[in-house]
Amino acid sequence: MAEADLSIAGDRRARSLDALAELAAHIEMRRPGAVARSEIAHGELTLHVPLTGLVQLVEFLKTDQGCRFSSLVDITAIDHPDRAARFDLVYHLLSMYQNHRIRLKVAVQDSDMVPSITGVHPSANWFEREVFDMFGILFSGHPDLRRILTDYGFRGHPLRKDFPTTGYTEVRYDAARKRVVYEPVKLVQEYRQFDFMSPWEGAHYILPGDDKAKREHDGRKL
Amino acid sequence: MDGSFDDALTGEQKIRNFNLNFGPQHPAAHGVLRLVLELDGEIVERCDPHIGLLHRGTEKLMESRTYLQNLPYFDRLDYVAPMNQEHAWCLAIEKLTGVVVPRRASLIRVLFCEIGRVLNHLLNVTTQAMDVGALTPPLWGFEEREKLMVFYERASGARLHAAYFRPGGVHQDLTPQLLDDIDRWAVEFPRVLDDIDGLLTENRIFKQRNADIGVVTEEDIQVWGFSGVMVRGSGLAWDLRRSQPYECYDEFDFKIPVGVNGDCYDRYLCRMQEMRESTSIIRQAVAKLKVEPGDILARGKITPPKRGEMKTSMEALIHHFKLYTEGFHVPAGEVYAAVEAPKGEFGVYLVADGTNRPYRAKLRAPGFLHLQAMDYICKGHQLADVSAIIGTMDVVFGEIDR
Repeated sequence: MAEADLSIAGDRRARSLDALAELAAHIEMRRPGAVARSEIAHGELTLHVPLTGLVQLVEFLKTDQGCRFSSLVDITAIDHPDRAARFDLVYHLLSMYQNHRIRLKVAVQDSDMVPSITGVHPSANWFEREVFDMFGILFSGHPDLRRILTDYGFRGHPLRKDFPTTGYTEVRYDAARKRVVYEPVKLVQEYRQFDFMSPWEGAHYILPGDDKAKREHDGRKL
Repeated sequence: MDGSFDDALTGEQKIRNFNLNFGPQHPAAHGVLRLVLELDGEIVERCDPHIGLLHRGTEKLMESRTYLQNLPYFDRLDYVAPMNQEHAWCLAIEKLTGVVVPRRASLIRVLFCEIGRVLNHLLNVTTQAMDVGALTPPLWGFEEREKLMVFYERASGARLHAAYFRPGGVHQDLTPQLLDDIDRWAVEFPRVLDDIDGLLTENRIFKQRNADIGVVTEEDIQVWGFSGVMVRGSGLAWDLRRSQPYECYDEFDFKIPVGVNGDCYDRYLCRMQEMRESTSIIRQAVAKLKVEPGDILARGKITPPKRGEMKTSMEALIHHFKLYTEGFHVPAGEVYAAVEAPKGEFGVYLVADGTNRPYRAKLRAPGFLHLQAMDYICKGHQLADVSAIIGTMDVVFGEIDR
């Protein structure tokens, strides 16, 4: 019976993969050139989209009867500091009517202005604010591009890879001044970041005392 | 003449709207929500939610921790139903690594996801009733929540932050005694629901405060990206457990209650009925668990070896040590895994780069989208309705602020 279950599950998976490939072909046919590349991995369809045609494609996906991606699930970004186009903007869309999902990926440079999709999906409002807050990507045509999750008056964009996890400022209540004060972060202990990628090397920081051993070794003896 | 009256205003006078700060310490704000309300008399003209007061940078922290160390962060998102969030994280990892969860673990997950759903709805239904003036329901509901948390504790050792679902299965097996107790609870629970039902459903005040308040149409759902009860209250039978089945939900027999009017009252009715359905799923899961013994972890690279094996096998000991220091490596790729959490679609977008830590993990909280629509839904309602609407949206700031 277990085998039968497995074959049914496998059958369903194969059918849904076919449906995704069909969907990708359908979008490619109706909007030639709008999608740079499409891939299906882990049962999910990803379209790589150039920045210029983004809003039109999202609108097409919403209105086309074969797609009907009427519901925006998520907008987020991924930071790749070593790439020329530093950010990948990721849109997740869902169709409750056709019961399928799609993911759009857009490569964005640090200096690019991304057209806002709030005109098509009003629910993009807060997501775009969050991406702006966390990554510093600017959206053009957004009605109200304020910070959303971080503190009032916060500086920097925390989810960029070059932003330290500890942050730059810390907040405490000052009993003498009877108010909350902002100060530069003071760590009582080195922030430890273990790197397990190479089994024989530890983390890239100097423990107190390590510098002495080094000095003795390659210093005065010579 | 006693003084001059040349500054007296006549005719149509211009009155400035009143701005009001609601929260962040207001008990009806369900956490730390600050609303800036613009009021015209008692009518809400504009509503600007300020969130982020509970922002802990979970997504940033996750980038510097191993996959296993990240799991407990999920308990702290929606702390009303912790295990449902863990589930999404485990599903994402299992999807990328291709691990198949043993049958018994799958059943245990379903069991505790449904317990989480009851936990959440009990809190939501009863505290929403408190927001509109009823004091008894939370006292009755929390008694049941307490019993469920004891089940959490007996399974995982923790009442709230369980860290019980693990990639590849669940942490511990359930004892037969615990299964019996859960089953006994599930038999008795509908009577408690009947009691709460009797307090609220036909209560005149409760109906006056909830019926026709915060009406959500099918178009609003699509435009604002709603999920969960916010969708079902308006008559759309959309439930990820049914439409995109994960785990082994497709073999359980349950109904998806839907509302008609899409107002706060219908959503209340949906939640009450969902608790009854969940109780029935719990009973089905317990019945299955009683006859299907087996392992609860997919033994392999991403799960620890058995205790006894560790005592006798050097390899198992090394594996255990490496797993809890270095952690397991997840092959490069990206995946979106969503579960039907009690509040709606909770999703994890995981980007792995082949190391022992996620390159990027985005947590998609249903409450984030629901709260975003506050301005739209509250407009034109009275100030007193704001707390009823916050309650029905079922917002918890652990997941919204992350």
